[in-house]
Amino acid sequence: MNIVDLITIPLQYPFMVKAIVVSSVVGAVCALLSCFLILKGWSLLGDAISHAVLPGVVLAYIIGIPFSVGGFIFALLAVLLIGSIKTHTKIKEDAVMGIVFTTLFALGLILISRTVSSIDLMHVLFGYVLGISDVAAWYTIGVSAVVAAIILTFRRTLLLFCFDPTHMQSVGVSAKFIHYFLLVLLAVTITASLQTVGIILVIAMLITPGSTAFLLTKRFPVMLVIASVVSVVSSVVGAYASYYLDVSTGGAIVFFQGCVFLGAFAFSVIRSHRKKNTSVVSV
Amino acid sequence: MYAIELHNVSVEYQDRMGLENASIQIPEGTFSGVIGMNGAGKSTLFKVIMGLVRPTSGSVLVDQKTPLQAQKEGVVAYVPQNELVDWDFPVSVYDVVMMGRFGLQNIFRTPRAEDHAQVMNALEKVGMKEYRDRQIGELSGGQKKRVFVARALAHGADILLLDEPFAGVDAKSEHALTELLLTLKQAGKTIILSTHELTSLSEYCDHVALIKKTVVAYGPTTEVFTRDNVTQTFDGAMHRIKFSA
Repeated sequence: MNIVDLITIPLQYPFMVKAIVVSSVVGAVCALLSCFLILKGWSLLGDAISHAVLPGVVLAYIIGIPFSVGGFIFALLAVLLIGSIKTHTKIKEDAVMGIVFTTLFALGLILISRTVSSIDLMHVLFGYVLGISDVAAWYTIGVSAVVAAIILTFRRTLLLFCFDPTHMQSVGVSAKFIHYFLLVLLAVTITASLQTVGIILVIAMLITPGSTAFLLTKRFPVMLVIASVVSVVSSVVGAYASYYLDVSTGGAIVFFQGCVFLGAFAFSVIRSHRKKNTSVVSV
Repeated sequence: MYAIELHNVSVEYQDRMGLENASIQIPEGTFSGVIGMNGAGKSTLFKVIMGLVRPTSGSVLVDQKTPLQAQKEGVVAYVPQNELVDWDFPVSVYDVVMMGRFGLQNIFRTPRAEDHAQVMNALEKVGMKEYRDRQIGELSGGQKKRVFVARALAHGADILLLDEPFAGVDAKSEHALTELLLTLKQAGKTIILSTHELTSLSEYCDHVALIKKTVVAYGPTTEVFTRDNVTQTFDGAMHRIKFSA
């Protein structure tokens, strides 16, 4: 079998084409968002929100509304709970997040265990992009495209918010508004990624690509490009790997992203080592 | 004309008082040093002027306007403490100075020719033009400060607030920075900075504000920077400082 066959054979199956397209789109939007999240120090918040959507997904199933609607409502609930507990107590933010997301996640587990249904916990947690329906696929692509367009359009505002919210406020632009704006984008992205990689693995998609790009560049626009490319390539590689090796698609995507991160890490260590050596020589 | 006017301003935080009955009138075009112990209320005073904290009672006028109106018109620019900035952030010197134009741009914040011109102009004034493509972490302490002063200039603000600008800056850079600020004062800007450097204060500040939960004293350095006032503000005798009176 030659390389062309290796690439084209899986594409004969519509479910593979769908899986590759949807994972790539989700990968791209998560990558864009991850650049802002890691610079702002919000990685744990992505973690918290993604766990907290579980009860929303189960309730949506019970009531019969789209999963993402239920997920989105609980994502917002988690954000509001974290915010209000933090402002009214002396407990540090990481502890507050830990309490809120584990409690909501536990509620989700309880609901699932009491629901006689075809809802598969494994699919919610780790995604099942090979079995995604046409409607869900189009929904995911549509939402991702809108979120990506919003992020790119307002990237300068979001960047200033991450870098210096005090300056932003001091020129009369509400940092609080942008704070919630970014949170809503995060919640929407997580719920849109539900069926592709699931609520556990989406955390990786929201942290790893941005971190990888951060190691490789000192320019923010370049960072956005590197993160997106790394993420989309990982999605495609992951989808093919799941076909040929018969392994979990979400697992393969996230694992490959982690490998790319390790490569970038090794590269950045070697680069800074070389720089040190050359500067010693030049002195 | 006064750049800043506070009348009986009190700020109450959840668990403590930020300021109590503070009144101060800072004339336009002056160079004021704000001194006081840690936690004395210097940061709260700055936040009130910038409109980030609303006083529990009392009134504030910034350039004859409410702080929120002054925000919208870009009257005040703020230079943050070095330790409050993430120096690993993937932005260049040029990017940071461009952030000074933020309040003047449309909602998409796309830089126009005018913005680029003002950024270059500001970089020129602070002598950082050659460093414009550097990532901000690749600068010395003094250069870092000048980048943020350039951001304030690009902003076109008439009032500059600098929070501890000499912390982590060597003596030579401190001198260069005060020279730059004095030039800006000559050009009509009002400079207000908080500092712990009491020894050299009288060399460049023409006014001094002594803060201890309230404004203990404010006025020309020659009149209020006295041993009595400083002792009262810092709860003890301060040696090795040349006082005006």
